[in-house]
This record gives sequence, structure tokens and C-alpha cells, in this order.
Amino acid sequence: MAEGFADGVKVLVPTGSLGAGVREDEVAYGLTRGAHAIACDAGSTDSGAAYLATGKSKNNRGAVKRDLSILMKAYADTGIPIIVGTAGQAGGDLNLDWTRDIVLELADELGLSPRIALLRSEQSRETVKRLNAAGRIKPLPPLGALEDATIDACDHIVAALGVEPYVAALEAGADIVLGGRSTDTAVLAAYPIWKGAPWGPAWHAGKIGECGAQCTEERESSGVLLTVRSDSFEVEPLSEANRCTPESVSAHMLYENTDPFRLVEPGGVLDVGEARYVQNDERTVRVAGSAWEPRPYTMKLEGAGRGQYQTLMLVGIQDPDVLRDVESFHDRLLAALYQRTRSAIPAEELGEFHISLRMYGWNGVTGMPVAPGTPPPPEIGMLFVATAATQELANSIAHACNPYFFHYPSVMDKELPSYGFAFSPADVPRGPVYEFRLNHVVEVDDWRELVRIEWAEPSSSAHAATAETAHG
Amino acid sequence: MAKVREVCRHVRSKNAGPFWVTFDFFFDGPENYRKYRDSPSLSPALFARLYGTDPALVKRIPVDDLSIVKISYPRATPQGGMEERDMHSGQQYVRILDVELD
Repeated sequence: MAEGFADGVKVLVPTGSLGAGVREDEVAYGLTRGAHAIACDAGSTDSGAAYLATGKSKNNRGAVKRDLSILMKAYADTGIPIIVGTAGQAGGDLNLDWTRDIVLELADELGLSPRIALLRSEQSRETVKRLNAAGRIKPLPPLGALEDATIDACDHIVAALGVEPYVAALEAGADIVLGGRSTDTAVLAAYPIWKGAPWGPAWHAGKIGECGAQCTEERESSGVLLTVRSDSFEVEPLSEANRCTPESVSAHMLYENTDPFRLVEPGGVLDVGEARYVQNDERTVRVAGSAWEPRPYTMKLEGAGRGQYQTLMLVGIQDPDVLRDVESFHDRLLAALYQRTRSAIPAEELGEFHISLRMYGWNGVTGMPVAPGTPPPPEIGMLFVATAATQELANSIAHACNPYFFHYPSVMDKELPSYGFAFSPADVPRGPVYEFRLNHVVEVDDWRELVRIEWAEPSSSAHAATAETAHG
Repeated sequence: MAKVREVCRHVRSKNAGPFWVTFDFFFDGPENYRKYRDSPSLSPALFARLYGTDPALVKRIPVDDLSIVKISYPRATPQGGMEERDMHSGQQYVRILDVELD
């Protein structure tokens, strides 16, 4: 451990995701406990591919700015660095720029001049194709070998950062590090590793703290304090009313993870099979036995792109004639909608299209048959989803289907029903479907091949934003 | 024989990245955990039948200290596709609650 860290390296993790609600009192508590750095991530793939494909943040700008203002005031008071990973939800260049602009705005408002490092890990399609042609990209199950067409179908591609770029930025004097897409774990492990902490406990602490207070008993609080020592680490909630237990901490290894014992990271594997979790004091859990196995350096690639476009319509149905046998009503209506679409729009214009009907209140989540003998529901919400090559075409399909979807009879000789629709116009153009298209790793000799470090300077500084590569 | 819901205090399903789903079966104690830890009923074939996954890729990892069995499988279609109905796969566990365990 570096000098001055005899009592461990302390990382304040204020929240599981920047913008989710950092609490001033929790940050203040972490600072009184002697935190050396503040670190958290600002996104993940959980909410879908739209944020990488479009470069937009999921979290509201005001919420992210509010959280960052609390962290930047803590930096102003104490001088400890702030590390943010997966900026702007997806960590592409656009997401990173969005976050940088908020930080610059805050620096201006607070009268601060921090050194701000940007770690860019977005990759051009040409770079990915070149690496692929060189045989350096390997698929992860269930995907197969990467095709150029798949690369072309991605609007944005990022490589997930490990600890090294963060360490390089801190070593170069960064006060605030804004990372592109990163493994959640690396964002929290970087500072302790920079200060000489052993890699096993540092990475394991990073994994435990990645969702903030998710590893505690009372998940309504926000953050945790990680203390990485020479042979172990400790985790403690930032809310004094909250506590960690061996179960709450060890169970977090299971979360959103297919293997709770072995975690593949850039440059190695975290193995926690021999880790032991003990109650250190009333609120703190101590973890020892975490191991790091160095491996050839790999970075995970994520790529997302636009697919076809969708238009929605929704009706509520209480008609007992429909609900008596909703499955056959569904099948007859769907067939009628396909037929109507094909007769209303010429085939050469229509191209490949798709219609689905989802019956919320019956089997909307699964789309599968319900158990025999299930009684009819009191009502269902029937969602119509048209998918086609363009928004205009998806809209046209919805317009063609509109009278059928709202008035399709369940009993042919009765007068036409009107199902309960809530909006006018009743169709909702939803935009494109966004899809993740890469699940691959790239082997690199040096992380600098895929990462650029830039420095953003607050407007109060003498120079405008400058860029330099990590090679320098 | 017992149903999953009778021997687990909690069952959850969640996305593990865009291409995988992971289930955690929190057994109600060490006794039922030991009894059903290796139950052939929670087989790759079951996950293939219920969730349309490739049985060869289903992973099963017991966590003895917590009396939890973790089972993961690749999604039949990636998260967020045209026919997505459960972005986080957070409702997928429900279908397994009434499965009988040997």
C-alpha cells in the first residue's frame, strides 16, 4: 500500500448510478470517515440498447447535475478525486460529452478549476473491422463469430474500460475522471489499485459496491464506503441507520451475474470462491480471501443499433363475449389485421413487417397459453405493435388496421363493438427498436490501443479543451 | 416431491447483460437446499421448454453458504428486440414457481 494508507484505502460510493439520488448527509458521513476518493458508475446496459444507439442519457439532466453538484462540493471541500464510469448511461462519446458539459457547467457555477480527464472508449466501425480481420475479436456465447455486416449495423460501439485508464488519469493528476463504458467493478477498484492495494480485494470491493446500497440491508439508502486493506476489504453503508451483513454482502455477487464466484474483467479473473464474509462490527462486513488471476488483456465490446420502427395502439376490453375465449379472439383478430394490411398497402411498399397483439391482464408478459381452466379476466388491455422498415410505414399499417383493431366483432351477427381506446389520435409512433448486436471480447496488447485520454478544461482556465492521446 | 414455491423463500429472474438471464433460487433453509440442490427437475431441458433456450448453454451453480442455486441461460432473443415483453426478464421466474422438484 502507498504511504499514508496504513488504515486502508477508502472509496466513497455515493450511489449505484449517478443521477439516481446522491444524499448530502451520506456523502458528509463518508467524508468524516476519511474517504480518499469518490467513485460511482452512471449507467449500464440494463435499460436497453437505446442509450448507446442514440448517445442519450436515461437519467434526467437535472438529476445528474444535482448529484454531481454534491460530489463536486465534496471535492471542493476536501480535494479528493471524483471518478465516474459509464458516463451518460452507455459510455459512448456522445454520452461522455453530455456528462462533461454538466461537469464544466458546475465547475463554472461553483468557481472550481478541477483537472478533468475524459476516458474515451468508443470505437469506430473501421477499427472494429480491422481488429476482427486480425482475428483479435472472439464471440461470447450465445453469439457466433463477428461479421462485418453486424458491425455496420451498430450505430455506436464501445469497449469496456478496466482499471488501467483510470489509474493513468489519476497518475496524470486528474481531479475528476469521466469514463466511457467501463466495467462497473473497475470504476470502484481503480483508486485502491492506484494506491497499491492488492488486486483481489480491490476488484471484489468494486463488485460489492457497484450498486451502492444494494449490498446492504436497507436498500432505500444510497451509498456505501469501501475500505480496501492489504489482505481484505470492508464495506459499510453511508447511512448510519443501515447495516451490512455477511448475507447482504455475499448475496450481491449473485446479482445480474451468471457466475457468482468468477468474474471476468479486463486483464484477469476475480475469483471469490474462497472469500469469507464476517460481521466486523454492527454495521460493517469484512471480506477476506478474494483472489485475482491475471490473464491476457481483453476488453468487452458492446454495440447497439437501430432496427425497424414501431407504432402502437392500445384498447381496453371488458366485452364478456371477447373475454369468454380471448385466445381465439386474439387469433382471429391477428389474422384479420395481417389480411387488412396486405390488402391496404402494396406488397412492394410494405416489405418485411410484423404485427403483434399483447393481451395485458391475460398473458401479456409471456405471450404463451395460460393454464387450462383459468377463468376469464374482468378485462384486458390489448396492445397492438406494428413493426416495419420506416416510421411512416409502421404508421400506415396502424392506420390501415385502426378500424379493425377498435371494432373487430367477437360475435359476427351482433352490431359492431367499440373497444375502449383512450387517446386521439389513437396510434402512437414509438420510434425505432434498438438492439444490442455485439457480445464479443477483443484481445489487446495494450489498453491504449482502444482508449484515448483527453482533458477538458473549465472555461475559467486559460485554455480551451485540449486533446491528447494516451500515447502522449 | 415439492413445488419450487414451497421450498424457496424467494425466487428471482434478472437480465445478466443483454444476452443472458439468470435465476436465483433462495431455498428456505439448508435442509431443502441440500435436498434439491442437484434436483434433476431444474434441468437444462426445463429451461429449453419454458424459455426456448439452448439447453447446452444452461449454467447451474450452487452457492452452499447462502443455500442458493443459480441457473443462467441465454435469451432466445436479445434484450429489447422487436417482440420484447420483459426487458429485464424480471417476470420470467413466475412460470417456474409451480414446477415440481424431484
